[in-house]
Amino acid sequence: MTEDLLADTITFEGANGDLLEAYFAEPLKPESVGGVLVIHHLPGYDEATKEIVRRFAANGYLAICPNLYSREAPGASADDASATVRALGGVPDDRFVEDARQALNFLTTHKSSNGKVACIGFCSGGRQSVLAACSLQLDAAVDCYGGFVVSSTPDEPGRVQRMSLLSRLTNLSCPLLGLFGADDKRPSPDETEILKTALEEHNKEFEFHTYEGAGHAFLATDRPSYRPEAANDAWTRIMIFFSRLLS
Amino acid sequence: MCTYETQRINIEGSAKTRIGWSPVTDASIYFDHPVHFGHGHALLVDILSPENGPAARVAFELHPESARRLAEAILSTLENTPRELFAEYEL
Repeated sequence: MTEDLLADTITFEGANGDLLEAYFAEPLKPESVGGVLVIHHLPGYDEATKEIVRRFAANGYLAICPNLYSREAPGASADDASATVRALGGVPDDRFVEDARQALNFLTTHKSSNGKVACIGFCSGGRQSVLAACSLQLDAAVDCYGGFVVSSTPDEPGRVQRMSLLSRLTNLSCPLLGLFGADDKRPSPDETEILKTALEEHNKEFEFHTYEGAGHAFLATDRPSYRPEAANDAWTRIMIFFSRLLS
Repeated sequence: MCTYETQRINIEGSAKTRIGWSPVTDASIYFDHPVHFGHGHALLVDILSPENGPAARVAFELHPESARRLAEAILSTLENTPRELFAEYEL
């Protein structure tokens, strides 16, 4: 289904009342629809991520992608902003959660919202998607090859710190769809199994798919890692998942 | 995967950035997803001038072997420079 859509760059208040830039898209015909928070990856708030926002709107959803680097690099190109934030140690988890909370509130208070919301993230955004789902009330969450969900980055000088989310899974508020590549090293298939076991122990609803012949970032159309067959299947599963949970 | 591992060092010098020549004070070195170089991962270097903003940056993305040769060439150049040329630096 491809619907006409509207897309625009907006601002909204994130954590601490800070104004954040965001890319927002909605179906052209006003209806009561679900909303999707799209979380950009470590390389930043880039054109490929904005295409994903438009994709959800074309499929009948409200969609928003906050520029998580708005504070440190307002108006900067995606790669310049990413380099600046990386040099500063990355986006703190607690700040991200509050930004996500406000972005979800933007979606649920939109005139076309049916009150249902989901989040989806890719790469580092995949980890943040799980983090959001463990911290906030959501109807669905999608983790696309998020690393450091079941392990923590080493505590070494110069390394951007990311803590394991295993202890938070008890608070997972919604069904989780996980999409992974069998050739990925982080998360590796072994790490995916650890996550699966933890979710089972917490009696959480989840659905995982690991694609043979695909590695990290297999959904990234602008990278050599793109795998069309795996990506097409993954998108089908995402849309079925959201159709069931955001209606 | 996003490696997150980043070496961050202080440097002193100048670089020709998107906004022109700028003093630079920081460098980030990491092996992660490149923006332009057509590989999944590369050796990435950001030469930064935080006080002049994100656009005051020189970035390069290298094949690991190229990065190694560049590093060796830099060290070799320094090693083979006559000592008297370092006098102003009081090294």
